[in-house]
Amino acid sequence: MKRPAPRLLTSSPPRLLMPLAALALVLLYDALTMPGFFHVEMRDGHLFGSLVDILNRGAPVLLLALGMTLVLSTGGVDLSVGAVMAITGAMAAGLIARPEGFVLAGLDLHGSAPAIVAVSLVAGLAAGLFNGALVAFADVQPIVATLILMVAGRGVAQLLTAGQIITFEHPGFQFLGSGFVAGLPFPVTVAAAMFLVTAALSRGTALGLFVEAVGDNPTASRFAGVNARMVKLLVYGFCGLCAGIAGLIGTADIKAADANNAGLYMELDAILAAAIGGTSLSGGRFYLSGTLVGALLLQTLTTTILTKGVPPVLTLVVKAAVVVAVCLLQSPKFRAVAGRRFRREAA
Amino acid sequence: MRRPPSQPSISASRKAKEPLRYLNRSTFPFAATVLVFVLIYVAASLHYTGFSRPQVFLNLLADNAFVGVAAVGLTFVILTGGIDLSVGSAVGCGSIVIATLVEKQHVHPYVAILLVLAMGATVGSGMGALIRYFDLPPFLVTLAGLFLYRGIGLLVSMESVSIMHPLFARLSMAGVPLGDAGSLQLTAIVFLLVVAVGIYLSRHTTFGRVTYAIGGSEQSALLMGLPVGTTKTGVYALSGFCSALASVVYAVYTSSGNANAGTGLELDAIAAVVVGGTLLSGGTGYVAGTLVGVLIFGVIQTAITFQGTLSSWWTKIAAGTLLLLFILLQRAMHRRAR
Repeated sequence: MKRPAPRLLTSSPPRLLMPLAALALVLLYDALTMPGFFHVEMRDGHLFGSLVDILNRGAPVLLLALGMTLVLSTGGVDLSVGAVMAITGAMAAGLIARPEGFVLAGLDLHGSAPAIVAVSLVAGLAAGLFNGALVAFADVQPIVATLILMVAGRGVAQLLTAGQIITFEHPGFQFLGSGFVAGLPFPVTVAAAMFLVTAALSRGTALGLFVEAVGDNPTASRFAGVNARMVKLLVYGFCGLCAGIAGLIGTADIKAADANNAGLYMELDAILAAAIGGTSLSGGRFYLSGTLVGALLLQTLTTTILTKGVPPVLTLVVKAAVVVAVCLLQSPKFRAVAGRRFRREAA
Repeated sequence: MRRPPSQPSISASRKAKEPLRYLNRSTFPFAATVLVFVLIYVAASLHYTGFSRPQVFLNLLADNAFVGVAAVGLTFVILTGGIDLSVGSAVGCGSIVIATLVEKQHVHPYVAILLVLAMGATVGSGMGALIRYFDLPPFLVTLAGLFLYRGIGLLVSMESVSIMHPLFARLSMAGVPLGDAGSLQLTAIVFLLVVAVGIYLSRHTTFGRVTYAIGGSEQSALLMGLPVGTTKTGVYALSGFCSALASVVYAVYTSSGNANAGTGLELDAIAAVVVGGTLLSGGTGYVAGTLVGVLIFGVIQTAITFQGTLSSWWTKIAAGTLLLLFILLQRAMHRRAR
């Protein structure tokens, strides 16, 4: 008689179980080794503590990962989000400081923060739509299409800043990076709002279903009447917009635009967060709540490594291990092999 | 199905009558690449005095040798339809390991170089094995490789280490004098040798043919009984070896090791391969195209240096624009073929 293999290895475990368990493990480790890690206090009506810090630092990653999750579920990938962060950051800093030789020097927004944010976000959205047009209408593979902007995007950002690191003082705009709303850092509020809006739009309406249909089987979805090209175009546009918001938060936080280093390697974090959360990299399924947990897990790991005083570069090695582990757990072949081995031992 | 590139596409009798008989789907992008290179080179030579000096061209080879060596290995991976994102950080990691071994541990340079080459091949075949046995996406596995190399490199040393060993000084000065033309440096020779070996491997060995076959259709290659698994592991091992060799070239070229070297080099290498006419979906392309692709980016960079008033970021924008044009060209051809 065939004994059924343990459920954990053969069938999919509840998809949030693994990332949540990993997050709990890391937090437990922190609680045991670092007294005061969970200490959160009110200071001047603002919340402070390691946990708040994790949320705050994790906000840009979550924003990127939201757009990336949708892009991945159409069967694509967006490698340009880091470069798009640099572009919007450079744009905002340029509009505020208006340095000599700035491309848009003719555009005077009179230091109005909403106008600056809006114009910069248009740049992010345009970058995303450029990617989307290449993927949807020119049928270019997503990796290649977004590689173009990944290479050229930093060049454009450097062009905007004329190769300088533009620093600025603008209390209204800085609020985006270091302000507080109801005790919580403003980036957390923005990320939470975007998360809720994305979840409502994708799961409350049929949009999410269209996105998954396009990723699962483009031909079938077209026959079913889904405008696959338009869905792809919009999803990449949305990803560019998310990257733009993340770029503005990063720029507002350090009060400077550094075209070379803003958002460097962030695209990898975003993909990783989505993958940890169970979003299939081959498209067809997405889990926004999984992405949320994935982004938090990544940031908790990073913060833990930083506060432990371990060389911060070890984060890279840890991330490498996480990538391989997540890939293996998602691989049907690996599950089959592991399941068989387990069964043989049990018999 | 894609034809293996060596197979004639039209019958020999018709072929002889057509003047452009060698231009088919796989040679056209290559021809376009060569044309673009010649155009840029001639235009730059006419515009800037001294650009046409032979030494400028020889320096082009030497200055881009480490990108080129890595790009040759990457060409094989891309021909199978895969991708290797770890080549850039492998250069950084390899160079700092060599520098630390030679300067801090007083290991003989040749031993250090051999160790780094072995490391590259090992990590490469490890990534290949993960991709082969568990069907993991190459993109993510090599992404892990990118993190791993960069992390190890930075753990070895955060600061760049200069190599004072006399042997390295000799190696970096070594070269073949070419009379009036100047001299061909050792790094350039290594680059050309790697390209030559790459062309031989891709066109005249079973390994090369299977590489093309996997890119054309992995399913068909499997059904034909070709050693798909071994070759898949092999191309990643080759790419790992090439990027380790690239790190040696970098260490010789700069006489130093730096864990942060090669940041973004994977993109330059991918761009060079694509502009060289290799399709990212695999199956079509030439190693020789990669050589020309590397030279195109080199010539653009040199031209921008000669111009003097243009800033360095124009290199990136030019690279991106060129990449866009070539990809759209490839798409247009692909559509016409259907």
